Order: sequence, then structure tokens, then C-alpha cells
Amino acid sequence: MALPKSESQYAGHEVTSAASWMERREVVFPTVSRVAVCGGTHGNELSGVYLVRERLKKKKLTEEDDLVSVVTVMSNPRAVQQCRRYTETDLNRCFTRATLSCTVTDKTPYEIVRSQELNALLGPKGSPDAADLVCDLHNTTANMGLCFIAYSDCDWICLHIFRYLQRQMSNIPVRFIHFDLPLNEAYSLDSVGRHGFAMEIGPQAHGLVRSNILSAMQDGVQHMLDWVRLFNSGTQFEGGTVEIYTMVKNVHYPRDPETCGLSAAVHPHLQDRDFCLLRPGDPLFKTFSGETVNYKGTEPLYPFFINECAYYEKGVALSLARRRSIAIPSIRSERDRKPRRCMTAEETEEEDETEESEEANGLWNGE
Amino acid sequence: MTSSASVSFLNEARRVAIFGGTHGNEMSGITLVNMWIKNGDEIQRNGVETKPFITNPRAVEKCTRYVDTDLNRAFTTENLSAPSKEDLPYEVKRAQQINLLFGPKGSPNAYDVIFDLHNTTSNMGCTLILESSSDHFNLQMMHYIKEAIAPDCCRVLLTEHPLLKYSTSRSVAKHPIGLEVGPQPHGVLRSNIFEAMRLVVKHALDFIELFNQGLEFRPCTLDVFRVSEKMDYPRDTNGNIIAMVHPHLQDCDWEPLNPGEPIFQMFDGTSICYEGVGTVYPTFINEAAYYEKQQAFVTTRRETLAARAIKKAHD
Repeated sequence: MALPKSESQYAGHEVTSAASWMERREVVFPTVSRVAVCGGTHGNELSGVYLVRERLKKKKLTEEDDLVSVVTVMSNPRAVQQCRRYTETDLNRCFTRATLSCTVTDKTPYEIVRSQELNALLGPKGSPDAADLVCDLHNTTANMGLCFIAYSDCDWICLHIFRYLQRQMSNIPVRFIHFDLPLNEAYSLDSVGRHGFAMEIGPQAHGLVRSNILSAMQDGVQHMLDWVRLFNSGTQFEGGTVEIYTMVKNVHYPRDPETCGLSAAVHPHLQDRDFCLLRPGDPLFKTFSGETVNYKGTEPLYPFFINECAYYEKGVALSLARRRSIAIPSIRSERDRKPRRCMTAEETEEEDETEESEEANGLWNGE
Repeated sequence: MTSSASVSFLNEARRVAIFGGTHGNEMSGITLVNMWIKNGDEIQRNGVETKPFITNPRAVEKCTRYVDTDLNRAFTTENLSAPSKEDLPYEVKRAQQINLLFGPKGSPNAYDVIFDLHNTTSNMGCTLILESSSDHFNLQMMHYIKEAIAPDCCRVLLTEHPLLKYSTSRSVAKHPIGLEVGPQPHGVLRSNIFEAMRLVVKHALDFIELFNQGLEFRPCTLDVFRVSEKMDYPRDTNGNIIAMVHPHLQDCDWEPLNPGEPIFQMFDGTSICYEGVGTVYPTFINEAAYYEKQQAFVTTRRETLAARAIKKAHD
């Protein structure tokens, strides 16, 4: 089978065996020695905010560790302080190459300035000095359970972590969503690391914390770090097959032709049915005058981000994905470790809240 | 048969307003009011002038609860009588405008009825909010609504409390009624929540029409939940929240809570239990907008109010 074209950027080298099947390949990677756990990229997605705060409180008591260094970052402290998604522009759209390299003036939106700071701290994106793994924590109002969201369907590190969490976590469905975008166009924080994914958990309303959702996120992060330690200790993770969802398209709300306002809501039969197959003719929307608008596509697809609050401003009601089985190879880490890069804390934020800046720019510390 | 001595004769309720967007991110009311502004057929009733109205348009435009300050706390005597100046918070200026349009609060010229439409992230279902236990018009209306939507539930929250009562936008009217429907995330429109709110408003307007036509409403009782105490999240010495609503309490609005039962869970998993006296009925559990108001939930106690017979007074 043809190798995916983007595989080479993930820096594993192949140890071929006699069999040509993907699953029996073994791919060897450098250790995942530097991990970033980021929360508050959207300031009102509170599970990640609380998780980052708790980790930062406890971190002061922990010691260095040989296996992995973890930095914990509060990505958008200003938005967190105001409990808003963003202050001027969505931080999680500011990590394209173009935005990361634009010149900063005093008119530059806060979030663009911040994206460049985060790129300096956790990147630079695309370079060998970038963090090995960036895990960016999010919540959604959609009933999505726990989702990995990543740009690649052949980043074996991310896919193995995903499979590990799926096996470890029985209280919540765990799925993998793939957005097929090349690295240059990848716009979110997780694209800064050599490997990265967003960990999206719902349903949770913005601006509040549900205990079951926070627990799931704590477990998810812990299992991820457990996997990293196992991997870095030389454990081999067997190949196999995983099911992933590849994004196909967004579905927009119907609009009133006169006012351009919304004229319908997600249909009650679709509401909360993320990842339940949507077939041609199935209900999509119920208009305010009571009519049903049906799905007119020809291909049955899997809906997700159904009725996510943040997407109203883009007019998006839901996204649709194709489900695919993909084979993943065995992986293990190399014995030789890369030298660890030393990080220093950055200058404090303008607001002069030292607690905030510690959160925002944590030191690289052992677990 | 009712003896005429026990009937309250009340003025007809001719001027009725329906407020949406008092909080700019509570989408059911905003959507309904915009729809009715465009086409008001559904809210027309004989003998009633119904005015749909967006109370906080700037907050609605930004899809945020408020711009400077919470409009639904702004209708204090102090604010309403403050000299009009440029540097007043937006919502205070807005409260003064609304008081002129629909009030003045406390005067004979004020609107007869105002429905104020709200959503909550709490699992409260349909909840009518009653500000006074001696407003027999409202008691009868709420009784009518509850019967009309049975077997579905509509509860009544009585906010008559010296400390916990707040100065709402609807308080400008003679008969203020809050309608709170949840759970719905702020900024989101859920079809079932939207339709539930629409149905409650329909029944409320039917009641007013019947009353204005001269129908006598017999004495009845109304089960209510009277607010008792506001419970804040446990916080550290810096004021940061250090626990969340306990999984056993989450989504259990209106269910009995007894002393010793868990209410909060610390981030390390330890439970904190309710230490009050007697059984209470919590509500507004985990409302996102109340984190900044130091409220994780309120406790209520059950009470039965007696509603007098009412009938429209002759001219």
C-alpha cells in the first residue's frame, strides 16, 4: 500500500520486517521527552482551565523526572480572566505559518501576540526544537464524549495514545477526528508541537465545570502521560486497526432571507446525536414555523460538533465526517535520547498578575 | 359557588409586554421575541395589547450576558432615579429607558404584565418566577399554566426574600413574571427548550385573554418553592473556587437534599456535605452566570399558597 505523503514529517524511521502489512511494520521514534499540557486556549472552556490551575498548584511540590518533562500552560490568560472564548480574535486560529510570522505592532490583536509567544515557548512550529507533544484541552457544548482532534491520520504517536485511552477509559466514548490539512494551514495550538492533538470533551456549557467532564479530562491527561512514560521506557506498542472520523464538510444554519438571522434550530432528533450516522433524508433542522429540513446529501456521514455554541458566529450548525478504519504500525522509542532543551520563564504579563504569568509560561519541569 | 365577598376584583390586564434578551446570550427568549417582532400573530389575543421587546440589544448583538452590568439587577430605586449622565453604565441607562417605556415602576401607568424570558444552564425545566406571594393575579395565572401543560411540569420559584430578592427588568410592571427554561448552554438554541418556552407563553396569554373577557377564576392552591439560602462554592483564601458541584447534586434541581448528603466535590475527589437543617430543594444548580455572583445553587423550601378568586372589575 502507498505510504501517506505526510508521514516523513513525523520523524520516525521504519524498521521493515518481511511482511508488507502496515500492522506488522515497526516504526521507531525518538522519545517523547517534552510534553505540553495547555488549557484556557478558549477562556470559557473551564475543564482545561481548572485542570491547568490544579496542575500548577501541585507542581511546586514535585521533583525532576528522567522519563518526561511536562510544561503546563494557561494559553489565553486574558480570556480566562474574563471567562470569554477570546478577547479580540480566536487564539486557536492563530497558529498558521502566516499568522505566526506576521509583524507585531501595537495594533496587533492580543491573541496574535500571544500565539507568537506560545510558538516561541512550545515551538517554533515545524522545527526540531518544538515540544515533542502538545495536548490542548477544550470543551464543547456538543455531546461528543472525549475526542482527539488532529491534522494527520498517520501520526502514529497520536494514534497510539488515542488507542491507549480508548482501552483504558470505559466511562466515556473516546474517538479520533481527523482534519485533513497540511501543516502550513493547520491553525490550532496543537500544530505547534512535533506531535499534537486537541483533547475535546463534551457536553459542557461554556463558563461552568461539570464534575464528570473534569474527571474525564483529568483521566485522559493522566493516561496520556502514562503512555508517554511507557513509551519512553522502551515499551513496544503493537500495531492494529483503529477507526477514525475524517472531517468532510460543515453544515450551515438556514437563514431568513430578509433579516439574515437564523430561521431554524438543530432538529430535536439530531440534537445530542453526535457520531450517530446521518442518512440522506434524515432530519437536520426544525424551523421556527415548525417545518423539518432534511439532510439532502447523497452520502451517509457522521455528524459531530452538533450545536456547538462557538460556531454560531460562523453560522455552522454541525460538521460531517466519514468513518474509516486505518491500520497503524507497531511503535517503540529509540534507546538514545535527545539532549533536553532548557526553558526559562518569560516576562510577566502587562496585567502584572504574577499568578497569571506563572500559569501562562510555566517552567519545563519533571513530573 | 364563590361568595362575592371573597373575590378579588382586579383591573383588566390590557398592556402586556414580553421581554427577551435581558441577558444577551439566553437564546430562546431572544429568538422568540425577534420572531414576534417580525410577525406578532401568534401572540395576539382579543382585548390584549402584546408588545414583544428586546431589553438589552447591545448585549444581544455581542451574544454576551451584559455589557457593563447585569440588566436584571439594575432596576433598583437608586438606579432608576439617578440623574441621567453620559458615564452611567449602559444597562443603567437602559433600565431608565425601559422604566419610562413600560413603567414607571410602582405607578398606575405601568404595564399590567411583563413576561421576562430567560434560559439557564441548570436542569430546571420550565420554571415560573414569582416575586410576590400576594399577587393573586399571578398566582392564578401560574396555576392555570401548570394545569395547561400537565402532565409536563412547570414549577414556581418564589423569590420573595428580604436579602435574595433582586431588582428585575420585569419588576417595572404591576404583575411581573419570570420564565426560566433550562438546561441550555448560553449562546446555544435548543429546539426543545425553545418550543417549551413558546408553549408556556401561549398558555399565559390565553389566561390573560380569558380574564379580560370576564371569566372568574376560582380559589385554588399553588405549590411553590420559596428561596431560602444562597450557597457559594468553597473557595481558597484568594477567592478561587476549589470544588465543583458534586456529581450526585448535578442536574438534581428540585429534588430533596437532606443534611449529610454531598453537595460539592473537591478536585482531589473529597466530598463536602450539606450541613443545613431539614430537607431543602436546591435549584439553579451550576448556573454558569452565577459563578461570579458567588452562587453554586440556592436552597428552597416547599410551600402552598392560597390564591383568591379573581375576576375583572367592571369599568
